[in-house]
Amino acid sequence: MSVFKLILINLGRNKRRTILTMLSVVVALFLFCALRGVLDTLEASIKVGSETRLVTRNKISLIFPLPLSYRDRLAGIPGVKAVSYANWFGGRDPVDPHNFYAQFAVDATTYFPMYARDIEIVAGDPPQVQVAVPAGLDPKLASFLSERDACVVGERLFKRMKWKLGQRVPVSGTIYPGTWTFTIRAVYRAKNPAFGEETMLFHWKYLSEKGMGGQGTVGWYALELSDPSRAGAVAHQVDAIYESSFAPTRTETERAFQAGFVSMYGNVPFLIGVIGIAVVFAILLVAANTMMMAARERTAEIGVMKTLGFEDGMIFKVVLSEAAIITLGGGLIGALFAKWLIESSGFNAGGLLPPMTVSWATVTIGIAIAVLMGATSGLLPAWQASRLSIVDALRRVD
Amino acid sequence: MAIPIVYNVRNVMQRPLTTLATGWGIAMVVTILVGTFALASGFQAALLGTGSPNNAIVLRTGADSEISSGIERDAANIIRALPDVAVGPDGRPLVSAEMVVLTNLNRVGQKGSSNIPIRGLDPSSFALRDQMKIVEGRMFRPGSDELIVGQRIARRFSGLRIGDRVTFGQRTFTIVGHFTAGGSAFESEIWGDNAVLMPAFDRDAFQSVTFRMRDPAHFAELKKRLEADPRLGVQVKTERAFYSEQSQMLGGMIRVAGVVITLIMAVGAIFGAMNTMYAAVSQRTREIAVLLTLGFSKGSIMLSFLIESVLLALVGGVIGCLLALPINGITTSTTNWSSFSEVAFAFRVTPLGLVMGMLFAAAMGFFGGLLPARRAASQSLASSLRAM
Repeated sequence: MSVFKLILINLGRNKRRTILTMLSVVVALFLFCALRGVLDTLEASIKVGSETRLVTRNKISLIFPLPLSYRDRLAGIPGVKAVSYANWFGGRDPVDPHNFYAQFAVDATTYFPMYARDIEIVAGDPPQVQVAVPAGLDPKLASFLSERDACVVGERLFKRMKWKLGQRVPVSGTIYPGTWTFTIRAVYRAKNPAFGEETMLFHWKYLSEKGMGGQGTVGWYALELSDPSRAGAVAHQVDAIYESSFAPTRTETERAFQAGFVSMYGNVPFLIGVIGIAVVFAILLVAANTMMMAARERTAEIGVMKTLGFEDGMIFKVVLSEAAIITLGGGLIGALFAKWLIESSGFNAGGLLPPMTVSWATVTIGIAIAVLMGATSGLLPAWQASRLSIVDALRRVD
Repeated sequence: MAIPIVYNVRNVMQRPLTTLATGWGIAMVVTILVGTFALASGFQAALLGTGSPNNAIVLRTGADSEISSGIERDAANIIRALPDVAVGPDGRPLVSAEMVVLTNLNRVGQKGSSNIPIRGLDPSSFALRDQMKIVEGRMFRPGSDELIVGQRIARRFSGLRIGDRVTFGQRTFTIVGHFTAGGSAFESEIWGDNAVLMPAFDRDAFQSVTFRMRDPAHFAELKKRLEADPRLGVQVKTERAFYSEQSQMLGGMIRVAGVVITLIMAVGAIFGAMNTMYAAVSQRTREIAVLLTLGFSKGSIMLSFLIESVLLALVGGVIGCLLALPINGITTSTTNWSSFSEVAFAFRVTPLGLVMGMLFAAAMGFFGGLLPARRAASQSLASSLRAM
C-alpha cells in the first residue's frame, strides 16, 4: 500500500471533520486574500498615475487653486510636451446623497489626448451639426465637444445608473453652489482598470463660466513630458519658477500624486493587515486542534502500524502530510475563490475604491501561509505520533 | 429534568487544551469585532465631542463640509448681530466666524502626507471654544504670526513641534503651543489668529460661523428664519448634528466592514467549534447512555450539549474581550473623506461593544453546537449501551 493511499484513507475516516477543518481554512484564506486585496487595490490605484506625467498643484494643499495663467508658462518649459488641467467638482446626486461618484472639470481638447492610453471612448451621440474634431480626439466625442454643458461618463457608472446617451443628469454642487445639469454625450471605458469607470468628466470652461464668473482657476495641471527620464529635473524647475509667487506650486510625478491620496488612509492599511494576520492565526489554532484530536484518536492504530514495521519517520510524514493536504486544499480553494469572486463581481466598496483586485502575489502568499499553517498545525501531533513507543500506544487501548 | 450545568462546566474544564484552542478561534473573532467597534466609536466620539448641542453652525447652502463652504463678511456680521446669539459674561456675543483651510503635511514614522485643517479664529471668540486647553508652550498672541497645534497631530506630522516654523504662501508662522480639546477633532487641527491667517491665505470670506444659542429649544424656528433670509444664503445646523453627519460615512463604513469581516470569520470559528463538539459527543457515547438510563430526556441531553458549546464559546468571548481591552486609548488616524482632512482619535472600547462581542460568541457557540447536540440526543439507548 502506498503512503499516499494511507494518507487518503486517514483523511476519509472522519470525513465530516476533514471537511469542516478544510472549510474553516477556506474561510480564513478567503478573508485573508480579500483583506490583502484591499491593500492590493490601493497599491494598484497608485499605478493609475503615470511616471511619465507630472502633476502641478498648489503647494499648501489641493484645496487651493492655481491661476490659469500658469498654463502658457508651463507649456513653454523645455521638456514639457503638453499641458492639461482639471478641477475637482465635488457634486452630489440630489436624489440620493449616498450615491457617490466623482466629477472632474477637464480641458477636453488636451485631456483626452493625454489620457488616450488609459481610457477609450466606447459610445457617443452623433453630433447635431457636422463639426470638425481636433486631431488626437476620438470622433465619437464630436457631440460632447460642441456642447458647453455636455459630459462624458464611465461605463460602469453609466450602466449602474441606467443612464442613456443624451440624458440630462442633475448634480448639486457643494463647492460651486446650485444645481448643475449635464447632458451625457459620450461613455468611456477604462483601458487601465485602476482609472475607474465611476467618473463624470465635463468641460472646464463651463465650470469657469458658470461657477467662477469666467475668472477660472485650476485645481491642478498635468504635464506630459517629451523625455520622462527628466521628470525630476522638470518638476524642480516648475517649482523653482513659482517659489516666491503668491501661489507656489508642488510638482511630482502623477504616480507620486496618486500615492499621496493613498497615504491619506493613514493607519487603515496597517489595521487591515493586522486583522488579516489575526484571521490566519485564529484558524491555525482551529486546524491544530483538529489535527491533535485526529492523532489522539489514532494512538492505538499508530501502535499497530509501528508493530507492523512502519518507521518513526514514516509515521511523522503520514500525520504531517494529512495536515498539509487539508490546509493546502482549503488554502487553494479559499484564495482562488477570493480572487475569482472579488474580481468578477467588480466590488468597489461603494465607489470608494477602484474595482477591487486580488493580486497573484496575494494568492501565492495566501497559499504559502496555508501550507505553513498545515506544517505548523501538524508538527506537534506528528512529532508525538512518531515518538510514541509501541508499548505505550497499545497500553492506551481500552 | 435538566442536566445540571456543573456537568458541562466540568467537561469544559477537563479538556483545557481543546477548550483553549477552540476558544481561541472564537476569541479572535470577538477581538476583531470589539476592536473595529472601538475604532468606529473612537472616531465618532471624537467628532461628536467637537460639536455642542447648544451651538449652531452656519454654512453656505449646499456645502457639505467647512472647506467647501463660504460665508461673506457681511453675512457674518448679520449673524453676529442676531438677538438669538447668547452673550458672554463680558457682554460680547458668543460668536466665532472662522476660516478653515487645509495644508498638506508629511507624516512622521510613516511614508506620505495628509491634509490638516488650519482654523483661523478671532481671539475674542475663545469663550465659545472653552474645551481648548494649552498643555505645552503657550497661547498664540493676537495679531502675531503664531500658531497652536492640537496635541493629537503634533507628534504624527512633521514640523509641528513647538518652535518649528511653517510657511504658507509668503508668510512664515511659528508654532508656540500644543492644545487639547477634550479628545475632540479640534485636536487634529492647527489654530491661529484669523486677522493674520486670512490675508496670508488670500481669503476674504469665512468658512463657517458658529454661535452659542441663547435658547437652544428654539433652534427649529431659528434655522427656518436664517435659511429663508435672502441676504445670507446659508444652512444652519446644531454643531452636534453637523459633526455627527461628518462622522456618519466613515463611522458607518468601519462598523459595516467590522461586521462583515467578523461574520465571515465566525463561519470559520463555528466549523472549529463543531469539530470540537462532535469530538466531545463521540467521546462521551457511554456517558450519554448513562444519562439516558438515569432517565434524562433526549431534549435535556441536547440542551446540555448546547449549553456546553455556548459555555465553551463564552470562554472564548471573555478571552477575546480581554485581548481587545488594551487597544482602548491607543491613538490612530486616518482621513475623514467627508471633510477631506486627517482625524486622529483614540480607540474606545465601549461596554456596548463588549456586550456585542459576548453575544456574538454565544451565537457562535450555539450554531456550532446545534448539530453535534442533535446528534448526541438522537443516539438510541441500545446502540449507546452496545458501545460499552
